[in-house]
Amino acid sequence: MALKTYESEFKIVRDDSKCIACQVCVRQCANNAHIYDAEDEKVYADDSKCVNCHRCVSMCPTKALHIEHTPLQFMGTANWTSSAIRNVIKQADTGGVVLTAMGCDKKYPNYWDRILLNASQVTNPSIDPLREPMELKTIIGKKPDKLEFENKGGKVSLKTHLTPQLELSTPIMFSAMSYGSISLNAHKSLARAAFEYGIYWNTGEGGLHKDLKKYKDRTIVQVASGRFGVNSEYLNTSAAVEIKIGQGAKPGIGGHLPGEKVPEEISVTRMIPAGTDALSPAPHHDIYSIEDLKQLVYAIKEATRYTKPVFVKIAAVHNVSSIASGVVRAGADAVVIDGLLGGTGAAPAVMRDNVGIPIELAIAVVDARFRDEGIRNQASIIAAGGFRNSADVIKAIALGADAVYLGTAALVALGCHVCQKCYTGKCNWGIATQDPYLTKRLNPNIGSGRLMNLLRGWSIEIKEMLGGMGINAIESLRGNREHLRGIDLHDKERELLGIKAAGETW
Amino acid sequence: MSKKNSVTIEADNLNFRELNSRIRDSVQAGCSRITLNSVCGQRYIGLGLGTGLKITVNGVPGNDSAMFMGGASLIINGNAQDCLGNTMDSGTVVVYGHSGDILGHGMRGGQIYVRDSVGTRVGIHMKSYKQKKPVIVIGGSAGDFFGEYMAGGILIVLGINRGKQDILGRFVGTGMHGGTIYIRGQVSNFQLGKEVKVFDLDDKDHQIIEKYAAKFCVHFSVDKAAIFKQKFIKLQPYTHRPYGRLYAY
Repeated sequence: MALKTYESEFKIVRDDSKCIACQVCVRQCANNAHIYDAEDEKVYADDSKCVNCHRCVSMCPTKALHIEHTPLQFMGTANWTSSAIRNVIKQADTGGVVLTAMGCDKKYPNYWDRILLNASQVTNPSIDPLREPMELKTIIGKKPDKLEFENKGGKVSLKTHLTPQLELSTPIMFSAMSYGSISLNAHKSLARAAFEYGIYWNTGEGGLHKDLKKYKDRTIVQVASGRFGVNSEYLNTSAAVEIKIGQGAKPGIGGHLPGEKVPEEISVTRMIPAGTDALSPAPHHDIYSIEDLKQLVYAIKEATRYTKPVFVKIAAVHNVSSIASGVVRAGADAVVIDGLLGGTGAAPAVMRDNVGIPIELAIAVVDARFRDEGIRNQASIIAAGGFRNSADVIKAIALGADAVYLGTAALVALGCHVCQKCYTGKCNWGIATQDPYLTKRLNPNIGSGRLMNLLRGWSIEIKEMLGGMGINAIESLRGNREHLRGIDLHDKERELLGIKAAGETW
Repeated sequence: MSKKNSVTIEADNLNFRELNSRIRDSVQAGCSRITLNSVCGQRYIGLGLGTGLKITVNGVPGNDSAMFMGGASLIINGNAQDCLGNTMDSGTVVVYGHSGDILGHGMRGGQIYVRDSVGTRVGIHMKSYKQKKPVIVIGGSAGDFFGEYMAGGILIVLGINRGKQDILGRFVGTGMHGGTIYIRGQVSNFQLGKEVKVFDLDDKDHQIIEKYAAKFCVHFSVDKAAIFKQKFIKLQPYTHRPYGRLYAY
């Protein structure tokens, strides 16, 4: 019953007239898909090992390589796709859970692509951001209900006590990705880019490496159910603290970093012995209710002397608006919502592809709920999960988000080709791996530069789109759904998104 | 000890924020001995506090006391509420009474001694790292889910002062993948999580129990010889990789 027909998903095509047998591909491929035969003085391929990450294609000096989806396809049906058949065979072979990575791979409706932006024509002037001031500065944190001033002999000062805030130069941050799921060089790239661009990066649940402490003022440290690397010093080496309840790629389940991915360096930041499994339980076992969440929020505020905003990250699930409302009432300064398309370094494919709701709907219903309840000022809304470009970002802000988190987009800027094999620890781009031979491929100087380029590009585009709408500050677009119109959407979807149909006037 | 080094705070009519702020101010001012009177459920007492500090609590400290504690010692003359020693890093807690649920959650170091019984979910996800090894010694009984997800450290249940209460509840050591639980008495198989088994003690185990039981006896003036009249058993995970064969690659 050796049925392993699933083995070759891809076919490595080598142009022998171009190949000089230099073996770059052999050295570059951690999956050993390229094999050099010294007798023949030729390089051969083992297609079954290829993950289609394009590292060899990119590095081949003579451009002799090309990867195709294997021409051998299952007969299949519209229902029984190749991947469906392949997974059944794989599970019959192993009895295991099909593991995958990155974001959802099913074709659910993408609402960003069904929402259109507005622009000014005649009745109000559009603005040219290249010549006129355009403000993208974003302030994250709890805002007071009202401001009170006192006048002492003509000297006016603010009487209202302001809670801690984060100031972003553009409404974008880097999402939580732990050291362990990604390499130290990836963390360095993110931290440096955030520091230099004036935004924030997030440690994820894996502790903070000592080399990154100098970026503390631009670091969000995460506290999740495993409490790895969490102590007073960690909490205070930060600009903000994020409590992770859930993740869009795998709502409701915990994390599991297998022992073979816990070498010495990882063990130091996670504060666990090298080689042991790092299990993050599905719930925080000290949080079974909103009241318990409040207890942890205030424990962190006590530990940081009320000097840092506390975020709470939840996955976008069916009751997201009620849950988010509870999170605000628990004292969070910002609610992070991670949508259906959110990424991961490892998750069961059934979870990644079937659990949660799209971030577009989640932002809209949470923002509406907060407004209805009069608590919108009490917490910022940060949206995460599959943002591909600046148009997605600006639409999220018009729906009601204060800022967005980028995970996958940041990794793609660092070289990721979305092969979805992060969980193997063999990332040829040096991102989702701890193998020193691979991690040195990612240079933090170059990486941070590329991330800053991405932030710059998106920021310019956001300014252009804002200018087109005749708006000169991102603050004026926030929750301004009149600037959005829906296309190819049911009435109920538009009702939930709170937007008119394309063609409808003010 | 000079008089300046110690301070007494009357906690009645102070909410947790005011009380903890007073405690931190006293530490800042150089106090190393702090006595809190009339404590009645104020949370986070001792949270994050460091070495060289002794806090005596007269009353009932609230949830998450000794959380993130980094070396201080907390003496509780009374019962403690839930989540005592949550994510505690180091230091000592001594409870002259009972302690609630979720004691020592995610605890990474330090020692907690409870004279009487404790609630459910105690010692969940305790872990040890290098020289840090969390230890909890319980005089009475413990509830369900004792040592769940435990990854390191030591839990000792002595089973004295517990009346007719069973020494442990159910689901003991569920998901446990490191550390050791010592029980003075017996548990039935149905009470155990599927990842743990009962083992006999070796010499090293006896030394460990001797060491921590001795401290327990000093704290609570218990006769050490009487404790060792009854046999201990040991619970350990029989695999360090309970989730080894979980995935289809």
